[in-house]
Amino acid sequence: MNLEKTDSLLRAEFPSTEFIALENSTPAGFLIPTENIHSVCAFLHANENTYFDHLACLTAIDSGVEENTMEVVYTLYSIPKNFHLTLKVVLDRPNPIVDSVFDIWGGANWHEREAFDLFGIQFTNHPDLRRILLPADWVGHPMRKDYKEDETYHGMTIEHPDNKVSE
Amino acid sequence: MSTTYTFKETHLNDSEPLKHQVSELKSEEMIFNLGPQHPSTHGVLRLEVITDGEIVRDVVPHIGYLHRCFEKHAEKLPYNQTLPFTDRMDYVAAMNNEWAFAMGVERMLGIENEIPKRVEYIRVLVAEMNRLASHFVAIGTFGMDVGAFTPFLWMMRDREHILRMLEWASGARMLYNYIWVGGLYYDLPVGFEEQCKEFCDYIKPKFDDLENLLISNKIFIDRTANVGVLDRDLAINYAVTGPVLRGSGLRFDLRKVDGYSVYPEIDFDVPIGKGEMGTTGDCWDRTWVRMMECRESVKIIEQSLEQLTAKNKRTKEFDPREKVPKKIRPKAQDFYVRAENPKGELGYFFRAEGKYDIPSRCKARAPSFSNLSVLPEISRGVMLADLFAIVGSLDLVMGEVDR
Repeated sequence: MNLEKTDSLLRAEFPSTEFIALENSTPAGFLIPTENIHSVCAFLHANENTYFDHLACLTAIDSGVEENTMEVVYTLYSIPKNFHLTLKVVLDRPNPIVDSVFDIWGGANWHEREAFDLFGIQFTNHPDLRRILLPADWVGHPMRKDYKEDETYHGMTIEHPDNKVSE
Repeated sequence: MSTTYTFKETHLNDSEPLKHQVSELKSEEMIFNLGPQHPSTHGVLRLEVITDGEIVRDVVPHIGYLHRCFEKHAEKLPYNQTLPFTDRMDYVAAMNNEWAFAMGVERMLGIENEIPKRVEYIRVLVAEMNRLASHFVAIGTFGMDVGAFTPFLWMMRDREHILRMLEWASGARMLYNYIWVGGLYYDLPVGFEEQCKEFCDYIKPKFDDLENLLISNKIFIDRTANVGVLDRDLAINYAVTGPVLRGSGLRFDLRKVDGYSVYPEIDFDVPIGKGEMGTTGDCWDRTWVRMMECRESVKIIEQSLEQLTAKNKRTKEFDPREKVPKKIRPKAQDFYVRAENPKGELGYFFRAEGKYDIPSRCKARAPSFSNLSVLPEISRGVMLADLFAIVGSLDLVMGEVDR
């Protein structure tokens, strides 16, 4: 299995979808339209030539206020074929919504919850989209580039040099 | 500055609410809260258990009690300063964590082939010693979970030998900061190789003792065989890795699959669970795999010691910091690196901008995080006492789950 074969398989299966090869990405992969992520993942998981059975990592990236986008990066691995692939989607920063892939890989469940918790990305069809690392009454999504802490949490002062708390 | 805390009765429910509501339960069911301060949960793990008498209907893990914002810190600090933070993720196997991180940064810089052989063998040596220490904790505490106290003391005694050796090498008992990007903090201390050889001879018969006392003990087998059976396909679907996946019968070890560092030059086996005492993938298989991996680790340690005393011997000119880069600034790229930790696949995802010494994103894919996420699937319908056995056999380290 290699990237060219995956590329031709994907283009044959999804003729009207645009697959842009990622630059400077290890493992190599594709940027795909957001609305196709679930069908592409389901295809790659089920097809016997690719058989990506291991979702190694799912991570979100905030590109900042200027670019006004967010990215979700899926690192897939096929255990029988010993082959890695990266899939990337770019989301609208004020309204980041993407389909959940938890029904394809059960392991995506908690990774998506983490991305929701820290970045505020909404995964549609996710069965249990609650905060996972932070308390449920935490305000904001801390891994966003423009995140500002609250001054207090449950009446306790959050002492941070960036927070101008009067003595 | 004083910190004031105003007590409100609803605080616990506001910050960590239960997933299930009492009103939605059937009349025979009840919610049972376990942790976060229960010794059987191996750290600050809180489990919300729905029980019907003694039968577990559902388990909802609540995590995040040890969240220390690793990823946020990594966005503010240069790569070499982030390295000590990785020690604190899986704090019983710190060497393996920092090795994976250092390896990722070296590959991004393109210097992974310039690292001297002696450095690589020392890395293998200390990482395998740390793997032993981690598996000792796993087996010992698991024995204690299911009612065997003596193996815990034996394991802790032997682990202390390893920790003292690593302290001798690095200066710290558990959190080493020994493996640096491009090299090591120091060379091994004089006499380390001989002491290590002595330790190997000491530890090998101890595994037979452990097997006789715990692994093949009738009570232990009754308590763990056919309990918490994790099917292989389910394990792969939940991205479970490490001894838990190998216990389910898949021969998948990144040291063999990726063959990173000098592992291709080393001869060792990858043990897998075969369901000898019950079903493949039960708690007994996972523990057995860990014990067999300890034996394999000793083999690896002996082979690297051979190399370190013969071909890649200590010389006066050898400088472990020779290849340590003065400035760590990888070119712009996304990079995913993975390595075999005692718990499973530890991965780091980096995004380097190319303009700064600081990554704009660094995500740690912790093996315990994925291994814990499968817990609800395998503990529905088990007895409450078996739930502790399952949690213990997954070998969770909460520092890594919460990061």
